[in-house]
Amino acid sequence: MGEAEQDRIETQEYLVNMGPQHPSTHGVLRLLLKLEGEIVHHVDPHIGYIHSGIEKMCESLTYPQIPYLTDRMDYLSAHMNEEAVCLCIENALGVEVPDRVKYIRTIFSELQRLASHQLWWCVMGMDLGALTTFFYGLRDREKILDIFEETCGARLTLHYSIPGGLMFDIHPNFRNRVHEFLNYFREKLPEYDQLLTGNVIFQERTRGIGIFPREAVINYGVTGPSGRASGFSCDVRKHHPYSAYPFVSFQEALDDRCDTLARYKVRIREMWESMSIIEQLIDNIPEGDYQVKLKGVVKLPEGEYFQRVESARGDFGVFIISDGKKSPYRLKFRSPGFSNLSALHAMSKGWKIADLVAIMSSLDLVIPDIDR
Amino acid sequence: MAFSIYDFSSFTQSIHEGLSNRLSPAGTLAVEWVIVGIVILLFVAVFGLFLVYAERKVCAFFQQRLGPMRVGPWGLVQTIADFIKLLMKELIQPARADKFLYNLAPFIVIIVTFLAISVIPFAKGLQAFDFDIGVFFVTSITAVGVIGILLAGWSSNNKYSLIGAMRSGAQIISYELSVGLSLITIVILAGTLQLSGIVEAQRAGWFIYRGHIPAIIAFFVFVIAGTAETNRGPFDLAEAESELTAGFHTEYSGIKFAFFFLAEYVNLFIVSAMATTVFLGGWMPLHFGNLEEFNHVMDLIPPVFWFFIKVFFVIFLIMWFKWTFPRLRIDQILTLEWKFLLPINLFNIILMTVIVLMGWHF
Amino acid sequence: MRAIWKYLSDVLKGIWTLIQGMRVTGHYFFRPWLIVTQQYPENRRKLVMFERFRGEVTMPHNENNEHKCTGCGICEISCPNGSIEIITATVLLPDGKKKRIIDKHIYHLGMCSLCNLCVKNCPSDAIVMAQTFEHAVWDRTQLTKVLNRPGSKIMEGIKE
Repeated sequence: MGEAEQDRIETQEYLVNMGPQHPSTHGVLRLLLKLEGEIVHHVDPHIGYIHSGIEKMCESLTYPQIPYLTDRMDYLSAHMNEEAVCLCIENALGVEVPDRVKYIRTIFSELQRLASHQLWWCVMGMDLGALTTFFYGLRDREKILDIFEETCGARLTLHYSIPGGLMFDIHPNFRNRVHEFLNYFREKLPEYDQLLTGNVIFQERTRGIGIFPREAVINYGVTGPSGRASGFSCDVRKHHPYSAYPFVSFQEALDDRCDTLARYKVRIREMWESMSIIEQLIDNIPEGDYQVKLKGVVKLPEGEYFQRVESARGDFGVFIISDGKKSPYRLKFRSPGFSNLSALHAMSKGWKIADLVAIMSSLDLVIPDIDR
Repeated sequence: MAFSIYDFSSFTQSIHEGLSNRLSPAGTLAVEWVIVGIVILLFVAVFGLFLVYAERKVCAFFQQRLGPMRVGPWGLVQTIADFIKLLMKELIQPARADKFLYNLAPFIVIIVTFLAISVIPFAKGLQAFDFDIGVFFVTSITAVGVIGILLAGWSSNNKYSLIGAMRSGAQIISYELSVGLSLITIVILAGTLQLSGIVEAQRAGWFIYRGHIPAIIAFFVFVIAGTAETNRGPFDLAEAESELTAGFHTEYSGIKFAFFFLAEYVNLFIVSAMATTVFLGGWMPLHFGNLEEFNHVMDLIPPVFWFFIKVFFVIFLIMWFKWTFPRLRIDQILTLEWKFLLPINLFNIILMTVIVLMGWHF
Repeated sequence: MRAIWKYLSDVLKGIWTLIQGMRVTGHYFFRPWLIVTQQYPENRRKLVMFERFRGEVTMPHNENNEHKCTGCGICEISCPNGSIEIITATVLLPDGKKKRIIDKHIYHLGMCSLCNLCVKNCPSDAIVMAQTFEHAVWDRTQLTKVLNRPGSKIMEGIKE
């Protein structure tokens, strides 16, 4: 081929719309990809397809009504979201909840984290093409949802925490069920490693893919397991302990390999840690009331209040500006998924489409959490 | 008309003679072609539908589910119902698609499977065409299928389809090599390319046993490469649901989609049937050296059943792969072929040649 | 030589990890009694929901067709979705006093998010959550229900 001829052959970047309806965007996220062959040159996330205006709706709800809406943002860490709102309102009112409430809330948070990570594990496998993981993960998640259902009557959008305490006391059967689950899951979790983690294809698909160094993680505000996989110690449970976390000892799962496999392993380790936290608390739930009676109409004193918790995806924050009325003047959520998504372009630039899918599922995005 | 379930050659021979007595030679040939065509068509339709059902059930049991249970007892009629649904669906054609190629592609894919099935020996005498070069014919004719996939992806006017088709092209062209070479390993041992001859040569023992180490390696290489050639998981990059929605057949609907779907499953059968014929003794029953009585009992089971038992074993193995492993990436798939399977295969051929020359096989 | 050895050990290790995965799936394939899915409409009779399951809001009546609802409207206020409407009526008591009683407790199941706030805030425990879960209907209007039965009265001794 002559040189002149070579010049005439041009390769061109082309645009592909990945989503809003696409199997691996888990919801209605639209990614505008600029590709050269299989290689991703640019990822442009377009959000807003299921924007539900939760923040604005909260401005017209009374304080006790807000937690039920936050369930519907990051539906996989519904309890953590509720807990953040409740803690924020309780701090603003200066109410100290009984230790029993703190313990139960922490156990629920950790169960919720387990359930969320289980679902993430099944979806991660499914995105990489191992469809069987999906059913094994859901099978185990079902046990946790049963625990939730028995105590609070709902499986996904729990609405268990309310300002001042809990909706119900724990079910008499709760302790037995949690023990049963822990014994069951301690046998099943090694199976996850056997099926997926150790698999040479999985290792090849994730090791060294989507490397995102610590500085970049901090710059982009990536938190949660995705941040910790790059060595960024950002666990709110450790640094700003709330509820019963001061009473338990646990390891913050940190990794410094910064790749997709590290993000995967951090979550698997978090599952072990969550089980150990639950184990420390479950037999020591103190006796006492399960809620503090608040006034009929809850009014926060004028001012600004902020509370952060560690949701399954990262640092979840609630910021309330109150003007002394019965509903907030402005309410802002700092959702971890939004910041994590912002790093997607930087993480997946230069990798292949298949890697983009792997990186995206290692970030564990929940779209209503991003869109709110 | 002599009919024996153990030997179909006299049966087919009597049909041929019966026709020859009544018709001219050209007429006989024409009628035989039609009969063979109809038989293969029916076989593809029925067996393809059955394989779809089997896959759904097998995958369900791997995943601790029950699978289809609603239509018919244990959901047996489910795939027929699905097929009727597909027949009744509208055939959608994307705007600005290349209409001729778009409509041609599914036919290429399905015709290739018909052609490949025609040389497979189901039992003694139950084989449509017994070529001298049967092995060569199967490998070359299955390679044509990729053209259908490429055309489908190209003509759909969809970027996802195009990416899927290109992946499929790169993948199948690479893995053809491994399929061919692993078959050649056994051809060295058998000394013939004729499929019926290969089966006959295994009367003394299956090649996977007679060729021991190199034959076992060749068997596994063949199963892996065959899985890749049928575009099944973990090599289902051309479809890659989580990446490309449905890959090359994204834009196909109704019966045209059914052709791709059916062809995939019949290809699965062809790969398994080739593995059975070449490595596992075809329709030969299982014999153990000196166990006369055991061997006699095994002889009572008709060859057709032996053939299908072995085919289902290989199909099950391939399904087991699909429902366990994650998908590979396109560059990893090519790495696996060119850096692992090909060198192993070439080395394996040398090993087999040495073994055959030295007479170290059984 | 070392490179060849490493190559071979990589291949074997890879195959070993794949076999590990196949052992897990194979384990479940050959144990069909471990299947976890259920045949839902068939097992409908055997299905028992947890007693706290939040299915829909109902108002229990006793055998005399009496309920506990005073018509105070707290459930209506506490509902975040506006799925409860309280219509009250005024009756003349025998002693000549006027009393506000419930006329219709309208509940829009289609708008309800089953958050349990109305049940929790009800001062007289007049409404509870039922364990029903098959809510599909052909017409949306069927989802609007009147919880107090026709002709029902308030129980004796329920304080305003």
